Amino acid sequence: MAQRAIREYEGKKVFENNWSRFFGQFKPELRTASVASGAELLALAEDEQHAWLTQMPLVVKPDMVFGKRGLNGLVLYKIQQAGDVMLPDAAAWVDEISQTPITLLSGQSGRLSRFIVEPFIPHEKSAEWYISARMEENHDILSLSAAGGVEIEAHWDQVKQIAIPPGTEGTALEELIRQEIPVEAGDVERFFQFAVSFYRFFRALHFSYLEINPFLLSGDTVYLLDLVARVDDTAGFLMEKHWGPLYFPTPFGMKAPGAEENAIKQADEKSGASLKLTVLNPQGRIWTLVAGGGASVVYADTIADLIGVEELANYGEYSGNPTTEETAFYAKTLLDLMTREPDAQGRDKILIIGGAIANFTDVAKTFTGIIQALDSYAHKMQTIGVKIYVRRGGPNYEVGLRNIKQAALALGLPIEVYGPDTHMTDIVRMALRA
Amino acid sequence: MSNVSDSAQLFTPATQAIFWNNHQTAIQRMLDYDTLVARETPSVAAIVSPTSGSRFGKFFFGTSEILIPIYRSTLEAAQAHPHADVLLNFASFRRAHRVTSEALEISQIRCIMVTAEGIPERHARELKLQAEALNKLIIGPATVGAIVPGAFKIANIGGTIENIISSKLHRPGACGLVTRSGGLFNELANIIALNADGIAEGIAIGGDRFAASNFIEHMLRMEHNPQVRYLLMLGEVGGREEYRVIDAVRDGRIKKPVIGWCVGTIAEHFSSGVQFGHAGASANTELETAAHKNQAMREAGIRVPKSFNDLPEIISGVYRELHAEGVIGTFKEPDIKPMPEDCQSAMRAGRVRKGTHFICTISDDRGDEATYAGKPISTVATPDTGYGIADVITLLWFKRRYPQWASDFIETVIKTVADHGPAVSGAHNARVTARAGKDLISALVSGLLTIGPRFGGAIDGAAKYFKLGFDQTMAPEEFVNYMAEQRMVIPGIGHRIKSIRNPDRRVESLKDFARQQFPATPLLDFALAVEQQTTKKKDNLILNVDGTIGVLMVDMWRSLDYSDTEIDQFIDSGTLNAFFVLGRSIGFIGHILDEKRLGMPMYRHPFDDILYDISDTEKE
Repeated sequence: MAQRAIREYEGKKVFENNWSRFFGQFKPELRTASVASGAELLALAEDEQHAWLTQMPLVVKPDMVFGKRGLNGLVLYKIQQAGDVMLPDAAAWVDEISQTPITLLSGQSGRLSRFIVEPFIPHEKSAEWYISARMEENHDILSLSAAGGVEIEAHWDQVKQIAIPPGTEGTALEELIRQEIPVEAGDVERFFQFAVSFYRFFRALHFSYLEINPFLLSGDTVYLLDLVARVDDTAGFLMEKHWGPLYFPTPFGMKAPGAEENAIKQADEKSGASLKLTVLNPQGRIWTLVAGGGASVVYADTIADLIGVEELANYGEYSGNPTTEETAFYAKTLLDLMTREPDAQGRDKILIIGGAIANFTDVAKTFTGIIQALDSYAHKMQTIGVKIYVRRGGPNYEVGLRNIKQAALALGLPIEVYGPDTHMTDIVRMALRA
Repeated sequence: MSNVSDSAQLFTPATQAIFWNNHQTAIQRMLDYDTLVARETPSVAAIVSPTSGSRFGKFFFGTSEILIPIYRSTLEAAQAHPHADVLLNFASFRRAHRVTSEALEISQIRCIMVTAEGIPERHARELKLQAEALNKLIIGPATVGAIVPGAFKIANIGGTIENIISSKLHRPGACGLVTRSGGLFNELANIIALNADGIAEGIAIGGDRFAASNFIEHMLRMEHNPQVRYLLMLGEVGGREEYRVIDAVRDGRIKKPVIGWCVGTIAEHFSSGVQFGHAGASANTELETAAHKNQAMREAGIRVPKSFNDLPEIISGVYRELHAEGVIGTFKEPDIKPMPEDCQSAMRAGRVRKGTHFICTISDDRGDEATYAGKPISTVATPDTGYGIADVITLLWFKRRYPQWASDFIETVIKTVADHGPAVSGAHNARVTARAGKDLISALVSGLLTIGPRFGGAIDGAAKYFKLGFDQTMAPEEFVNYMAEQRMVIPGIGHRIKSIRNPDRRVESLKDFARQQFPATPLLDFALAVEQQTTKKKDNLILNVDGTIGVLMVDMWRSLDYSDTEIDQFIDSGTLNAFFVLGRSIGFIGHILDEKRLGMPMYRHPFDDILYDISDTEKE
């Protein structure tokens, strides 16, 4: 993964952590709270730091990395009239709306479980400005508009887009931006200053995408009313201090990763090798234990091609020469998931132990780990019925293939084993024909 | 220096690289490839390793060993090897950006391969633009590299030598192969070998979002490379780079036949969130899906299979067409000289055997965790394992764990002999050495070197002689007489102060312990009978601590069912002395640390403590 969406709350914390470095000439308004329930909100309001929750009207929004919350009717800012939402109303609304699943205009369904609560800032519609920045192949794009707000897309013609080549600094950067400041903006100079700071902040903090829509400028104070952000998580090792702790939530509507997927993710983070697992359908008949990021996709493609995705239980891969122990752990996790229930229609399940011809991964070594897992799960595999198909090449593949065949036969598991002279995905065809 | 865009040939048999990071296996694989394709010079000219202590790496080039110089920086390496124009950057994702950026500024470097995965996207993009501005080529990041069969192979690409030969990567073929995935590169090379006749040039561009050079750059170069007769592009869901190739095919910049396939058709079946494969493999729009790209390729006249499974047919079809048209001739199969095999892998495969020069029967450091007599260290180290220091000693000295009474005895011995104060000669020497400003080890060794027949050696001697007397069933008086005849004092008998009326408390404790815990103490009983004889002569000729330990050790081993021969062997090899050396080292180290703490000046023995008697020296 590289580009990861972060919550609005955490995005604002990144602003707060770095405010003086980039936005020293402005005053921040960054009072914000993140809660999962009405009770949590009420408890937070007891805290001295969050006393403002009891002192002013509030705005409440779901904070679950999906956009268009206004258009989805998921922003609470008025009961009777704008700006009359007080703490008890906010808490009641959070509890009420999180009770039943909702469906977004974009189609995803799920239950709301995380909210951001902020002071209600009364303002004119015309004061809502727009700013965003994103990375493209050859430059960054900074977008500005004096017609911000929920209908930004309807006013896209008023958005100025500035292509900024990497490494543009100083007056060159300022000139590039100054030319495009919307003249409709009342305070052009301040808009300009903010835009330059915003872009520098975006670039230095390794954001992939950063949007504030709308923001308000009132005197020296900047109000960031609504924020969407994605960061490049590969820059995490550089940004640890600047970002503070970031959490990358599962996209709304997607099943949260299970314990097994999380366990593999943790193993992956600790290892120099790569271990990935996504369970697509726990009842699926076909399970893949495939080496390599590219090969794993080809196997999934082929299965979907030949019989559709319904029977495909998982997507995953191991690569980068994992140790025997890491491979054993990965394979055991997979076999455990696979052998929990027999196939609903009573057919044998299929285990595809696939892979391309490795460059440097030691096949004998990784297969030793897989054999350990087969050994542990042989009984369960026999109980539910599993047929194994193996295809692999690379360093020590002859030894690895011979060992896995002998081990499976000794354990009484049906197995077919192929090397590099068999086309990589042919085992899928064979498995489905059987 | 030749310019990449001017030259259609990526690498030649004369290309030499600087390898950043001392990756011995990968470098050796390159040199093995050089041997296979009969290169005259090694493909790696130099290694850069900022932290390496050595100035050379030792490698095989064919059957002979060569030294490849190691430098602290790329610039140094480049200056010393002006013909090396390729940098193979194997730095970690933390350093890869800086290493690449610096190397781009070195004028002789024209091509850089970057292997690290997980370089921040902003940095990867900077590298791409920096390289473009300087008209240089970067392959990667997140790649296994590239190969020009018969000329030059980067690091691990192609896998093992056997795979290289079976995939015909050891001699030029006709296909220009560009893939995103490194894992699938080998697979494709294999498919091409099985269904066509090898490749002329192959590149894995890398799986990250910003590949510094992409399909189009490589395929345009291959279009101009006369050795390439047709092209194969293996793309992926995500990004729009394949469309640039489609445009080039449409507008005629690419005229050679192109076979194409994008993997990741699976992704369309799932909403966003499931990350299939590489970091760059995620469709943001319909255009970026694999299906859309495959269709667009098809429409542009690129040969696209129905699925990856059908790719071999398409390849063999194109090959047969071109072969029939005479565009592709028949390649001469080079003689393959048998590759000198690595001794270890040949041994693993059971093809050669080799005598060993050393034997070890007590511990093993080959696995994930070193073992003491078969037990991993973690199973004996912490208190919860129930193993004490004496258990570790018996595992490593005698290859088994002794019963509790015996390990308790050993621990008692170690504690009893740990120190006898600063005045004994060993401790004195250690202290004098420490005060002379020597380090801990030197001071300790000077103390240990004092141990011998007169200092600390009595344990060995006592065990040896009491055992001899006992084994030969001598009566106690007989034994005393025997030792007198040998003109030897009985080792382990006698104390400076302690006497029969003023017994040595340490000895009494050891005797009590042994009587309570040992199954039997025949040799101790014999020694005590001897003591009764010697103390008749003089009050202080008692069985001392060394003697007691010596005879009890023998009693211990007897109770543990060791044979006489085994026990004699323990005594002869200095095992008893070893307990003294081990225990006393504790005291010596204490004295040395004490001296270091006190910071006393060098010791010089006072004149008045030496009797200078030079009267019989020769006079002039």
